[in-house]
Amino acid sequence: MPDGIRAVTVPKWGLAMTEGTVVAWYANEGDQVNAGTDLVEIETPKITNLYESPASGVLRRRVAQVGETLPVGALLAVLTEEEVPDADIDAFVAKFAAEFVPESVSESGAEALKPQTTEIGGRRMRYLKMGDTESTPVVLIHGFGGDLNSWLFTQPTLAQEHPVYAIDLPGHGGSSKQVDRGDLAFLASAVFELMAALEIERAHLVGHSLGGAAAFELASSHPDRVKSLTLLAPVGFGPDINMEYVEGFMRASRPRQLRPFVEQLFANPALVGRKMLDDIISYKRLDGAVEALNIIAGTVFKGGRQAVDLAPRVAGLAIPLQIIWGEGDRIIPSTHLNGLPASVRAHLVPGAGHMVHMEKADEVNDLIEAFLRI
Amino acid sequence: MARKSFREAINEALRLEMRRDPRVIIMGEDVAGGMGAAGEQDAWGGVLGVTKGLISEFGQERVRDTPISESAFIGAAVGAAATGLRPVAELMFIDFMGVCLDQILNQAAKLRYMFGGRATVPLVIRTMYGAGLRAASQHSQSLYPIFTHIPGLKVVIPSSPYEAKGLLIRAIRDDDPVIFCEHKMLYDETEEVPDEAYTIPFGEANFTREGEDVTIVAIGRMVKFANEAADRLTARGVACSVIDPRTASPLDEETILESVKETGRLVVVDEASPRCNLATDIVALVATKAFSALKAPVNIVAPPHTPVPFSPALEDAYVPSPAKIEAAALAVMG
Repeated sequence: MPDGIRAVTVPKWGLAMTEGTVVAWYANEGDQVNAGTDLVEIETPKITNLYESPASGVLRRRVAQVGETLPVGALLAVLTEEEVPDADIDAFVAKFAAEFVPESVSESGAEALKPQTTEIGGRRMRYLKMGDTESTPVVLIHGFGGDLNSWLFTQPTLAQEHPVYAIDLPGHGGSSKQVDRGDLAFLASAVFELMAALEIERAHLVGHSLGGAAAFELASSHPDRVKSLTLLAPVGFGPDINMEYVEGFMRASRPRQLRPFVEQLFANPALVGRKMLDDIISYKRLDGAVEALNIIAGTVFKGGRQAVDLAPRVAGLAIPLQIIWGEGDRIIPSTHLNGLPASVRAHLVPGAGHMVHMEKADEVNDLIEAFLRI
Repeated sequence: MARKSFREAINEALRLEMRRDPRVIIMGEDVAGGMGAAGEQDAWGGVLGVTKGLISEFGQERVRDTPISESAFIGAAVGAAATGLRPVAELMFIDFMGVCLDQILNQAAKLRYMFGGRATVPLVIRTMYGAGLRAASQHSQSLYPIFTHIPGLKVVIPSSPYEAKGLLIRAIRDDDPVIFCEHKMLYDETEEVPDEAYTIPFGEANFTREGEDVTIVAIGRMVKFANEAADRLTARGVACSVIDPRTASPLDEETILESVKETGRLVVVDEASPRCNLATDIVALVATKAFSALKAPVNIVAPPHTPVPFSPALEDAYVPSPAKIEAAALAVMG
């Protein structure tokens, strides 16, 4: 690469990502940009996300136009750190275009990564495994109405050092929609049985929201099977829950009705792409899905308040516990983080809402990775 | 979840509903195939193989080949539906509606009304429509506007494999007669389709593209063409919304009107003959309920008022194309 010229390319968010669509530019040609400032908004099949400038310099060329869909690794823009003539920029762009070869589907790993299902006691459970190392496995448990895809920015990173299983709770994703009473004990036992079926003796649990409470329940009932516990914006640590969100999420049958509710999951509502809404609607149309959500919500959020209080049980838990919360969480307030024992590693992430692991993936991944090494 | 063809999606919908509900049966010409011939009873599975494999799982009691008499077997299906079964009858080509129309128009569509709501006709008639297969003028028509005209019938026109599965399961669970129109050129289209059963509601249109400049309404195979046109128009700086109504009856008027109020410009694409088709119906809707929102005259992309030609060159020229839709949208942009 010529001195002082830097290519900015389509990033790869999650192993399954093969292309991205440019939604908006946040800097104009000629602007000085700094490393880490918002540069361009990119839509993937799962989420729209802000891409921060990987370096500082002058934005000399916006190669990709708004609306354009490009493969991972394709040239988005050209930054320069010093004076470079326009002709050199033109030559750089032409050379990049001539030499660029998008990675094939097989190279990207997207083909090999298919969720599996297993039958346990007449119940189908779906999970996705990534990573083949010998270290302690990690089990990722999504929240209310979510599925294993909500870990797309988390799982590939953690899988570099651990076998990582993202699972679908009963009632969710590709798992069976029967949820019995729909309480935490049931959800925790379903996870426990899946771990047993997959011969996972002991795991680090990472749970988000409802999945956080299920992970806590599992850790307190089977402490020998859990090595550490990371909870993201968990249910069970205070009375408040945004019922307008819960009810709106269950009620909406069209993407346009759903959008204002799903936007509440993020500090930056612009991250909600059409594909994300379509995926949720498609899940809600499955036989039994909305009924399952109703049963769970009726139990866990009975009367519009959180029915379970896990906080008093924290002191008795002999497993390392960290809790991460998005400061701008509009579903469960981050004030639930207050007043926990000092043994809990608590982190407040600025600029993130309820989906803290999607919205500030790098930061949350760093916190989880550091915690797993302890 | 896996990629499945439109054909596989329909087969899976039938299979799942037949497993779930023993009252669901299928009947029609060659739906099993090889009528009566030992060892060859699963030879066909319908002329295009859509029902293949169902007779091996459900047997001849529930997968019934019928004589070549639409009037007889559609009539039998109406009677079976009125007396407790949930038949899915296959009218091989929609062009054959003429020989069984009384059973549909005067019997299936009227029974619930005439018995004061105390009778139901949970019948699905699956039927193949549309041009493109070089099948000439008696096997290529898009006659769904005729069914749409009849109160008491629901008319479903799926545009993709995902849509086909969810809408067919919804149709089988409906207590009213549903005409389910499958475009023969869509059978080999593929996309991700969940393995589980799911339903897509009737009367709920789908935005397949979202944009603020032009509203394009298209149904069935035309949705695919409208999407292609919309993608080309994006590159030319024109942002289109593409609306797939999914069901011609009931029609989601609200979504169409809302979108036209946002864009002020309307193009309707319809493969049916241009007089009294779905496009004229939707244009009349917008003219009566959202006229003041229009910034330009509306545009219709439909075939000429002729039979579908047998000449391949003429047939290709007859069917609305992405290029014609693109030109129509540019015309309303002025």
